[in-house]
Amino acid sequence: MKRIELTINGDLYRRDVHEHRTLLHVLREEIGLTGTKEGCGAGECGACTVIMDGLPLNSCLVLAVEADGAEIETVEGESKDGELSGVQQAFDRHHAVQCGFCTPGMLMTIKDLLRRKPKPSRAEVIEGIEGNFCRCTGYEQIIEAVLDATGQLEEKGEIKHA
Amino acid sequence: MLERIPAAELRYVGKRTPRIDAKEKLTGQATYVSDMVMAGMLYARVKTSPHARARIVKIETEAARKLPGVRAVVIGEELDYRVGLYVVDKAILAKNEVRHYGEAVAAVAADSIEIAQQAADLIEVVYEVLTPVLHPLDALEDDAPLVHPNLGEYDYMEAAFTPKPGTNIANHTKLRKGDPEAAFEQAEWTIEREYTNPSVQHVPMETHVAIVKWGYGDQVTIWSSAQSPFTLRNLFCTAFRLPHRNVRVVVPHVGGGFGGKAGIGIEPLVAVLSKKAGGAPVKLTATREQEFSLLPCRSQLTYRIKTGVSKDGKILAQQMTMYWDSGAYADYAVNVTRASGYSAGGPYEIPNARVDAYTIYTNKPFGTAYRGFGHVEFHWGLERHMDLVAKAIGMDPLEFRKYNALREGSTSLTGEKIRAHTGNINKCLEAAENAVGYGTLSDAERQREAATGMKIGKAVVGLHKAPAMPPFTATAVILRMNEDGSVTATLTLTDYGQGTYTSIAQMIAERLGFPLEKVKIAFESDTDHDPYDWQTVASKGLLLSGNAAILAAEDLLKNAYDVAAQALRAQICDLDHDGEKIFVRHHPESAVSFRQLAIGYCYPNGNSIGGPLIGVGRYIAQGLTHLDKETGQGLPALDWTYGAHGMIVEVDKHTGEYNVLKVASVFDVGKVINPDAVRGQAIGGMLQGLGTATCEGYIYDEQGHLLNPSFTDNKIPTAKDLPLEVEAISVETPQVDGPYGARGVGEHSMIAVAAALGNALQNATGAQITHMPLRFEDVWRAIQRREPVDNWITKSPYGSCKSAPEIQRHGGEC
Repeated sequence: MKRIELTINGDLYRRDVHEHRTLLHVLREEIGLTGTKEGCGAGECGACTVIMDGLPLNSCLVLAVEADGAEIETVEGESKDGELSGVQQAFDRHHAVQCGFCTPGMLMTIKDLLRRKPKPSRAEVIEGIEGNFCRCTGYEQIIEAVLDATGQLEEKGEIKHA
Repeated sequence: MLERIPAAELRYVGKRTPRIDAKEKLTGQATYVSDMVMAGMLYARVKTSPHARARIVKIETEAARKLPGVRAVVIGEELDYRVGLYVVDKAILAKNEVRHYGEAVAAVAADSIEIAQQAADLIEVVYEVLTPVLHPLDALEDDAPLVHPNLGEYDYMEAAFTPKPGTNIANHTKLRKGDPEAAFEQAEWTIEREYTNPSVQHVPMETHVAIVKWGYGDQVTIWSSAQSPFTLRNLFCTAFRLPHRNVRVVVPHVGGGFGGKAGIGIEPLVAVLSKKAGGAPVKLTATREQEFSLLPCRSQLTYRIKTGVSKDGKILAQQMTMYWDSGAYADYAVNVTRASGYSAGGPYEIPNARVDAYTIYTNKPFGTAYRGFGHVEFHWGLERHMDLVAKAIGMDPLEFRKYNALREGSTSLTGEKIRAHTGNINKCLEAAENAVGYGTLSDAERQREAATGMKIGKAVVGLHKAPAMPPFTATAVILRMNEDGSVTATLTLTDYGQGTYTSIAQMIAERLGFPLEKVKIAFESDTDHDPYDWQTVASKGLLLSGNAAILAAEDLLKNAYDVAAQALRAQICDLDHDGEKIFVRHHPESAVSFRQLAIGYCYPNGNSIGGPLIGVGRYIAQGLTHLDKETGQGLPALDWTYGAHGMIVEVDKHTGEYNVLKVASVFDVGKVINPDAVRGQAIGGMLQGLGTATCEGYIYDEQGHLLNPSFTDNKIPTAKDLPLEVEAISVETPQVDGPYGARGVGEHSMIAVAAALGNALQNATGAQITHMPLRFEDVWRAIQRREPVDNWITKSPYGSCKSAPEIQRHGGEC
């Protein structure tokens, strides 16, 4: 066991953790922040994406002890004072959520993307979220949501009537 | 149930509406079973078989049992239960013999996941490895080993299925229409081909997970990521011989299902661990690797189609033979076989038909329901075949489809009369045709060809599907008015992402005339508290539960009007209401609010009448029949949703590499309830269909080991795999018995996408591909006119297909 300190969404947490436990498991099971999901446990699907010291990463591939002293951002910090963030609101407007299991990781990846590129092109959005699997939406409404949140969506995607 | 309200007067139905569950999911606050922890909860791990077929000689569990923190270890021989959806053929843990790679052999519950894993690793299993039977056609050989020698002793659903004891055939579905032999004699052309596809994994982002507490007095509570709470309870109670009232199934949010979480899964195994651990709740979360092999997959199919066509291009006869690879257990595969059997001809009129569809046991992970329920697989063959037939007889493939399409007055394969309101396949085909500019290249497309050196190909395919369900499929909705005049609906149709709950909220608001904000749908399903629903499968939820929701709203209003009439001393026929109150139409100031009526109306002096307002809506499928087991004739279809995909691809003829430039997906949904939700289903399903078409599939070695149970080796589409342009188009031919005219569309978007790709690639390059997926190397080989090389079972010819056309023309050479 090792004592670690994590600053998660601005709050300090101190925990004694087993050295083999991942950051994902400590977040979910020992701190109780279950918004971050486990999709594969092998760094392949992106569902567990969090931002650690400003970098997005698969929290299933980081040992909690490696994160000692780090600033962590998770989905729980995305809305403030009961208000959804701009990206969350756009996801809501565009049905960019279906089952919702990839959504927390997707939001973290997009948060990082928008910090680096405040107005990403469609191609840059696609490149940015490539590492996050979504099995439900087919990504289109997620891409549109990001473009809308950054004030770039020319026309809202719509179903057409024949 | 068609509500004859002009579209202009609809306030919520057909209008863009955010999902009612989105905010909860966006904030990470939605609870899934994988998030749940209970006091005293133990964690389970499973020991799985490394062999496809082996005799279990000995299982040594002592070291595992002695490990501190281990609370229960179970093996198959101590369990006297068998589970099965339609054929009761599966033990909870393998007994005496393992029948597929990844099958559960032993399980452990312990204080932590780490201890459970360590204990599972300490269990030693001694196997006598046997030669597996891997391909369904091999399994039909006389000397093939029997996967289930005791097939004749198993219970099964006799009304629908026909197992053949002494063989590996778990079910044979037959359909006979007209006189195909005579019609083939009259045909100008006879064209026969075989099409194949491998097993595929559903890949819900949340793997299967269950927590079970086997409490005192055999009171069992199951929290599960299940699609079908009541069917799960029913199968569980049958397996454990428990009264239904003893078992409670709770389903919170579910991280995707796609059919893989229908029926029953890991729950019985977790239950026996809990029982053995003295009633502590036990949680089992499947690892991603187990999701591929412990849990079921989509069945492999070999589909042989022989079509007889007249001189002018009319289909006269079709013989359809399906070899469905069930894997080690029958599960849903027998019903996939049945449902695919009766719609095997697609949305086309086939006057003389013969279908033989076999479900065949092999030593592989077992097949189950997967979005489309067999229709993705057989439409791959059928819609490739339609193109190949058309080309062989010198007709444009789209014209050939339109000429043979089902229309008013046609009869389906099962003898059902197609009516004008059934839906309009030709309108779907035409919309797809226009959306991709079928048959020509635009100037921009020509310039693109010139600039890239790639060839552009286009295709349009058709599709159909009806819900595969028993004729007595039923559901109910209970609507309760809250003290403030808002309403809460409960139902056990699980919304694991489709958005049906939002659509149902829209319909309830519409029928009540209430603002949408006043309608809540309780997300968590609970068999102790909520009314029955058969299962959340088959694209039947919107129609059946939508109807039940409308009936519940009407019942609630009727009950409210009864009390209001007394309170207002008025006749019911003079009353009307808005979102706040019931009032007398000609004296609107004489009114009583819903808030006053919600728990019972109280007169000024304290006398009270009524009581809490509740509305109940019950709905059962109307007029369906079992199918005759010899001829397949009858009425199985609640509704038919027709659809079409138009596709544009560009291919490098030298390398086989291709890009999907555009997919336009069209569905006759009857009535769009929630435009963005329909679009989400259309695009999401289409991309899942492209996954199936381009890269997904199980790869085995010759011993039956699954070689690619991970996302590294079994790719699924990422954002980069989205076509450059996607379009979703609706056709609205109202479903007479659908809520506001709607019919289901959850599965259809995935169907026939692979065939559209195959046809477009052929149109661009001439490559004749008859197996999927279509990887670049497969396209390259087919362009080179080499035999497609199959590596779906390595170093063997399994699953490969014939690329030489088998076309005969009466009285002449082809």
